[in-house]
Amino acid sequence: MSGLCAFRAFLRLNKMATEHTFPDSAARAASAASAAPAEFQTEKMSLSMGPSHPSTHGVLRLQMELDGEILTKADPVLGYLHRGDEKIAENMTYNQFVPYTDRLDYLAPLANNMAYAIAVERLAKLEVPARCQAIRVLTAEMARISSHMMGLGAFGLDVGAWSVLLYTLEEREKLYKLFEELTGARFTTSYTRIGGVTRDVPEGWLGRVGAFCDQFLPILEETLKLLTRNRIFMDRTAGIGVISKADALAYGLTGPNLRGSGVGLDLRKDKPYSGYQNYEFDVPVGTTGDCYDRYLVRGEEMRQSVRIIRQVIAKFPDGPWYATDAKRIFAPPKDKILTSMEELIQNFMIVTEGPQIPAGEVYFEAENPKGILGFYIVSKGGGVPYRMKIRSPSFCNLSILPKMCVGNLISDVVSILGSLDFVMGECDR
Amino acid sequence: MPADATTALPEKFPQVTARPSVDHPAFNVPLADLVAVLRYLRDEQAFDLLMDLTAIDWAEGASPRFTVVYHLLSTTRTGTYLRIAANCAGTDAEPTAPSVVDLWPGANWHERECFDMFGIKFAGHPDLRRILMWDGYPYHPLRKEFPLAGIETDLPVADIEAETGTRVIAAPMAGGPFVASSGEVNLTEAEPRAKDESWADRRPQPGQTELRQVKD
Repeated sequence: MSGLCAFRAFLRLNKMATEHTFPDSAARAASAASAAPAEFQTEKMSLSMGPSHPSTHGVLRLQMELDGEILTKADPVLGYLHRGDEKIAENMTYNQFVPYTDRLDYLAPLANNMAYAIAVERLAKLEVPARCQAIRVLTAEMARISSHMMGLGAFGLDVGAWSVLLYTLEEREKLYKLFEELTGARFTTSYTRIGGVTRDVPEGWLGRVGAFCDQFLPILEETLKLLTRNRIFMDRTAGIGVISKADALAYGLTGPNLRGSGVGLDLRKDKPYSGYQNYEFDVPVGTTGDCYDRYLVRGEEMRQSVRIIRQVIAKFPDGPWYATDAKRIFAPPKDKILTSMEELIQNFMIVTEGPQIPAGEVYFEAENPKGILGFYIVSKGGGVPYRMKIRSPSFCNLSILPKMCVGNLISDVVSILGSLDFVMGECDR
Repeated sequence: MPADATTALPEKFPQVTARPSVDHPAFNVPLADLVAVLRYLRDEQAFDLLMDLTAIDWAEGASPRFTVVYHLLSTTRTGTYLRIAANCAGTDAEPTAPSVVDLWPGANWHERECFDMFGIKFAGHPDLRRILMWDGYPYHPLRKEFPLAGIETDLPVADIEAETGTRVIAAPMAGGPFVASSGEVNLTEAEPRAKDESWADRRPQPGQTELRQVKD
């Protein structure tokens, strides 16, 4: 490890444009401009990158001002994927909104489903059974692996390591097969309901998840080996896009981007929900906050996720998989609806009026693959929220772009965007 | 650092009142003291992360009409949240609140979003532009009087045309076989699938035109 550090320090010494100290953006622009001799300074050029550009991961648009190849200004333009999710949420029942949460961070829908369900349950002061909590933790960690696999593959693709994507997509596909078996959908899972999940785990499914983990770990190591000591990859990421600890906090960065900068904030540890306190895992943090550190953090998080999944499977609790006592919140099983009058009425009320949630306001945040996803719900009672705000991690993580892009080469912006690992569906909502 | 922000805050600022809450400690703060309270919480109570900044519209005619809500998280006191709320000043058409971009640069985009969605003017914001809707969009969609279905507005095409002298086609595929046309009245007319004549009973089907034709 010390050899690696020395190597990275060597790389950093050879980088002129990016210092450790991360001075203010204006100062960096000035220093970048003054670094070039006067006869090499060019007329400022403006360039629009996106909204349909392979390395903007969706529909982000960067309005850039360039001096030669160096950015002097970057202004992200958002909103191309704005669907008004918060307005929609105010006009439908709590359960009807679950499919919309799939489409926030559409690379980890199971984690979004869980965060949303827990937020509403907190408002209703509803405690779901241990088995339901375990299922949710299991699916959220699987979603984390699938999201990080996609992020890793896309990051590799951005910096020219094409073959990584072939490995990561194959693993993600295996996870999607498991998701399909559990939820009926590969991509937009809509798996949770307020007070539980849509169905229990199928027969033998846990064994197949365990088998996936067993074969996944060696492949993960092989995949990471393609990048971790890869000279080209390190040249493109080490020392690039440094975010200092103070900046990361000031801009509200969360998730691997914050931990890459050395802040060990992980809500699964710091404010455990859904029984995360029962599992042992480590929270990896970076040291310098560059693109390379963010990559390392994500790699380690996948190993930790496998560790959590194995523990969940080992002590998977028995018992009900939904809140059986929440008669006005969770619809009873189908066979009971079709045979018993009381359950039929109960189901009818929940479908037509929505789950009955008391008045009040709640703010719940979950540690999602992309960062901290928060739901702020204001209720006046009944089945429809009065106001719902979605605090999306990608939105906050991108807000640092105008500051951190300045002074970088335009080709490094591609590395930076890849390392931030954002999803526009969540950013624009 | 005092042991508990929930007791220290009302001591330091007596005008702060507790806000009913089912989860985290919450306080109502007069708008004039908002920045001072948040600065105190950040600097002396170690609430270093502004997790969320948003607003609530209490519907037309309500007084106060808009409330801004801040959620703070401390990274040093493990997992401690705090909710701060303040009622906006100004008129219904143009509510105002002070900007906290000086305290947390990350508030920049949150306040832009709040302005975009509710029309709240954050005094002291360095660059208060719309962020999710386009510049020049005339409404604030998260206000309660704004209908869910939206209101038809001009696309920003006209002024681009005037500015650049270039003709812009807003939807270049419109009228094509796979694009629903919005102007027409019923679904059969609007949906491109329904334009395939074998789908509609009221239209002649290929091969047996005369037999199936129904008079209007």
